[in-house]
Amino acid sequence: MRKFLVLLLCAPLLAWAAEAGYRLDHSPHHATDLVSLQAGARTFANYCLGCHGVQYMRYSGLKEIGLTEAQIRDNLMFTAAKIGEPIKSTISTKEGKQWFGVAPPDLSVIARVRGPDWLYTYLRTFYRDPKTASGWNNAVFPNVGMPHALWKLQGERGMDKLSVKADGHDKVEYQWREISKGAQSPAEYDATVRDLVNFLVYVGEPSAVSRKNIGIVVLFVLGLLFILAYLLKLNYWKDVK
Amino acid sequence: MVAQMLSRLWGWFDARMPSVGQEWRKHASEYYAPKNFNFWYYFGALSGLVLVIQIVSGIFLTMNYKPDAALAFASVEFIMRDVPGGWLIRYIHSTGASAFFLLVYLHMFRALLYGSHRAPRELVWIFGVLIYLTLMGEAFFGYLLPWGQMSFWGAQVIVNLFGTIPFVGPDLALWIRGDYVVSDATLNRFFALHVIALPLVLLGLVSAHILALHDVGSNNPDGIEIKKNKGADGHPLDGIPFHPYYTVKDLAGAVVFLVIFCFVMFFVPEMGGYFIEANNFIPADPLKTPEHIAPVWYFTPFYSILRAVPPLFHSQFPGVMAMGIATLILFFLPWLDRSPVKSIRYRGPLYKWALGLFVVVFLVLGYLGTEPTTVWGQFHARDGSMMDAILDTKDVATWVARVCTVLYFAFFFLMPWYTAIDKVKPVPERVTH
Repeated sequence: MRKFLVLLLCAPLLAWAAEAGYRLDHSPHHATDLVSLQAGARTFANYCLGCHGVQYMRYSGLKEIGLTEAQIRDNLMFTAAKIGEPIKSTISTKEGKQWFGVAPPDLSVIARVRGPDWLYTYLRTFYRDPKTASGWNNAVFPNVGMPHALWKLQGERGMDKLSVKADGHDKVEYQWREISKGAQSPAEYDATVRDLVNFLVYVGEPSAVSRKNIGIVVLFVLGLLFILAYLLKLNYWKDVK
Repeated sequence: MVAQMLSRLWGWFDARMPSVGQEWRKHASEYYAPKNFNFWYYFGALSGLVLVIQIVSGIFLTMNYKPDAALAFASVEFIMRDVPGGWLIRYIHSTGASAFFLLVYLHMFRALLYGSHRAPRELVWIFGVLIYLTLMGEAFFGYLLPWGQMSFWGAQVIVNLFGTIPFVGPDLALWIRGDYVVSDATLNRFFALHVIALPLVLLGLVSAHILALHDVGSNNPDGIEIKKNKGADGHPLDGIPFHPYYTVKDLAGAVVFLVIFCFVMFFVPEMGGYFIEANNFIPADPLKTPEHIAPVWYFTPFYSILRAVPPLFHSQFPGVMAMGIATLILFFLPWLDRSPVKSIRYRGPLYKWALGLFVVVFLVLGYLGTEPTTVWGQFHARDGSMMDAILDTKDVATWVARVCTVLYFAFFFLMPWYTAIDKVKPVPERVTH
């Protein structure tokens, strides 16, 4: 019986250890860092918005990350859209399908589907691959339809997958090599991706920060209410023996 | 002055409609409940609270939700972003769904602990099981409405279960969907069932549950009848009026519950993917089946049972039947239990072990239902060994689920035997503490 219980308790650990695939890096973004969010919005508008919309977000919503209407209009809006309109991509679904095989998805809630760590790792693990249609491949999302949109910043890299035996287990090791330099150093590029991921996390749930702030107040009020309710209970129950 | 006026107003009202006062006295101020309710007796009232929370938050959600396959997903995101406070309403409703099941499971476990389902409260229990089954339907219909990938494929899988029933199955599944696949027609009817039909059924059943309870009186942790010992005033000696004693006690309990509820809602509304699944943020796509389809946690014990039973003649029907029996068997619980005592306090070791094992089994089945069957790896059988010939699958998780499924049913089917031979302790005349 006891052995059975121990086995049950250990089981989730085994499950965790067995998970395969490229190891995700931890995304170092800060949801309250407005400068980072604004930088992420700029990168998004310049490099992603051509193909990917965030249609559940409105341009005017970006005022929440500390931008003025003029700043939004001058720096982030490249279409004839009005400030109160949704942030849509400039290409149509049909064109996207023709160009990439699959239509580039809307990214409004992509951070809630994939999680920040996945996005942060994905955007930093593109490599040159002559076998794919776009000439690009990705370590986290093998045979992805999207080419490396940020390659001018990161530069081109190659990747070799090596099978090695470590402690009697088959392990895959990823070896990266530089093909050409990008406009940014690796550290600068990591920061760019961090900001972009931060922006996508924000777009995924714009109310996330205020949600937590309100939550603290609500819990505090409920704490006070509990004291009152408990004293009331004690008082009424004095005569119950 | 104000008090005097209110009292006169009440007098005026009471003279014209005395039934309100009568009902209040019958169900609250003169409903005598045992004085020894403990921790386990909060969950009934709390379930009622969550029912109200769900109805109110649901009404507000329908004000902006669009039950249309082309608009549903976007309308949920509209609620999350553009409707003032919409995210709060939506999270109240999504957290409330899981909270409802958690409370109902705890409430049902209380019955198993103290024998609240036993005579003379069989009807209370039967109405309770009906509430539970209705709640499952309500949750299932509601889960389709966000029109995400999990909504769509979850509905597809569950409706297909009905399709496995011999002869009538395929037609039945078609009739439920209103189409050959889950589609706009399905979404519309699920919306109607979720917001009107089943809530009405739930309210009716909850009323019946409470009326049936108040007719026979509440059980208590000692599992004895307080009505056997009445004082000179005709009230049970061990009873206290529900109002104000239990209204104030439940109020304090409700605040504690709300603290936990709000913590989840404000800080971890997705609950690590258990309350809101990540895949459900992808709009429903009939052409793309997700790699791993799992129901929400409150269905997973039964989903595990479904997967554990091997198919027969390429039909999943045996699994579907096992899943059906696993829930319907609950109706018979009051008659399966043959113990002369009700409360676990006076039961013997057999029932205690059986119940403890049942809880473990239920949790393990629940966990396994959230994971793919490969989660615990595979048996390393040598080629050509006996194992190979016997095992239809080498997934460890499937075999654990099978053992747990057998134990799940053993808890119920062997109950008449082990409760009858169990050694019981003498039951006190009056409630203890």
